[in-house]
Amino acid sequence: MTVEMTTSGPAATWLKRRSRISAIEIVFWLATLLPFFLFPSYLSLASQIAIGALFALSVDLILGYAGIITLGHAMFFGIGAYTAAILAKHGWGEPLTGLVAAAVVAGAVGFVTSFIIVRVQHLALIMITLGLGLLTYELANSFSTVTGGTDGLGVTIWPIFGRFDFDLWGYTAYSYALVILFIGVLVARRIVNSSFGLALTGIRENSQRMPAIGSVYRTHLQKIYVVAASMAGIAGALLTQTTGTVSLDTLSFQRSADVVVMLILGGTGRLYGGIIGAIIFLVARDRLSDMNPQYWYFWIGLLLMAIVLVMPGGILGGLSRLFGRFVR
Amino acid sequence: MSEGTPVLRTEGVRKRFGSLEVSRDISLALPVGARHALIGPNGAGKTTLINLITGRLKPDAGRITLDGQDVTGVPAAERVRRGLTRTFQINTLFPGLTPIESVLLAVCERKQEAGQFWRRLTGHAEAVDEAFAILKQLRLDDVATRETRHLAYGQQRLLEIALALATRPKVLLLDEPAAGVPKDESAALFAVIAALPADMAVLFIEHDMNLVFKFASRITVLVAGAVLVEAKPEIIRSDPRVREVYLGQGHHG
Repeated sequence: MTVEMTTSGPAATWLKRRSRISAIEIVFWLATLLPFFLFPSYLSLASQIAIGALFALSVDLILGYAGIITLGHAMFFGIGAYTAAILAKHGWGEPLTGLVAAAVVAGAVGFVTSFIIVRVQHLALIMITLGLGLLTYELANSFSTVTGGTDGLGVTIWPIFGRFDFDLWGYTAYSYALVILFIGVLVARRIVNSSFGLALTGIRENSQRMPAIGSVYRTHLQKIYVVAASMAGIAGALLTQTTGTVSLDTLSFQRSADVVVMLILGGTGRLYGGIIGAIIFLVARDRLSDMNPQYWYFWIGLLLMAIVLVMPGGILGGLSRLFGRFVR
Repeated sequence: MSEGTPVLRTEGVRKRFGSLEVSRDISLALPVGARHALIGPNGAGKTTLINLITGRLKPDAGRITLDGQDVTGVPAAERVRRGLTRTFQINTLFPGLTPIESVLLAVCERKQEAGQFWRRLTGHAEAVDEAFAILKQLRLDDVATRETRHLAYGQQRLLEIALALATRPKVLLLDEPAAGVPKDESAALFAVIAALPADMAVLFIEHDMNLVFKFASRITVLVAGAVLVEAKPEIIRSDPRVREVYLGQGHHG
């Protein structure tokens, strides 16, 4: 209430309202528990979706907020996946420390590459991220003694807290992935609602102006790039741990492209866009590939074009515009 | 700092684009609290000079000093942090942010708080108050929470100045602050400029001679990249060379 007392009352209240947790968010998180009761035979898919959502969230932080376009973010996903796998292979299958290790390694690689990333823009940026992704893929391919090459690695993960074993039905897997996704959203939420988050949006809105208000904005970009790399690494490690395997596919260009598609379907710069996109994309893949395993990308392509043409802000952007009109 | 020491000085600044010399040996000195107008026909190199002073462009020769310190090789953002700020002739704002967010961002950057990712925006209460006070000062408080892209053009011009003020400049460079603003509204814009702190040095580019003579205590006339003359307004007004080369173009007869 002290905020209302100051002269900047209305503006401060408005700023506060922007970061408030909405009823829809609470409903959404309650709905994520539904698979346990309604689709218990699809819990493995649900955990894949949660992992995809965390990965898409990490891309949203750099693409949706800071405006860094990437077609190589799978490198961090894969690095995280392999970090967890290699740890487990060498006798340390404890999941939570595995996640931490994946975050640290992916974040460190993110930090090193961030020096190139913040120096380029537009097409060059896409090509650099793409190139780094391809490089990482082939490195993993050629160091087959460590990574298992095209065969990948099968690993044994210990029970979480020494108690919850990864079961065949995916109860533990989904619970675990969901909790980590929830924490990821909380962290991302905190970031985008901070002054740092505001600075990132400023860079996206007009990077030309940033130096003119005294901002050394490359530092901001490097920081968020490292955060996004770590988060992608955690998502990758989750995939390794919940499936007990890792393959080169985690590093593939396809994965980098898919995650951007998910994010654009759902809507960029909205935190939940990646989650909604992951649900639609992965459910569609599951359903469509049952019907027609070879051509399912046809429908994804069609959906992607339809969304981009009809709802430039993605599904969430379209919904919020519709809702805004409705309220007015 | 003593009375006479200039807060901003350029010494023999030169810049050439290929064979075109856009700045020829430009030397300027702005004392504390200056109201200095930069005038000249289109293509005289006025905006280029601002770009050179702010570090957007690198001069081929010459020195730029701020508070007596050489800033010629200092990056643009660092110059802003040291108190050398500009506005843009063509709006260079954050279209998707609201004025309160934009100015708050600039305040946070100045206070070196923009990198803090764990504190809620509203936790920066002092910065929020300061940002709002700046908007109020420029009469933008009513539209503080409206997206910049939806603001009236004149309000966007004011926001240009608001963003610059949030950096607490010692030297403020205004590149045609009233560009594109209807004549009857530009007076309101200059009322804001007239109300700027007395110790802030202001260098402004402006085409409306009435405004120039009203607000400037000193005028530099730039022609073809070189300083033609620098003097007090009353001398500029009666200088035949200025009449011929500059005023002559817009004031026939």
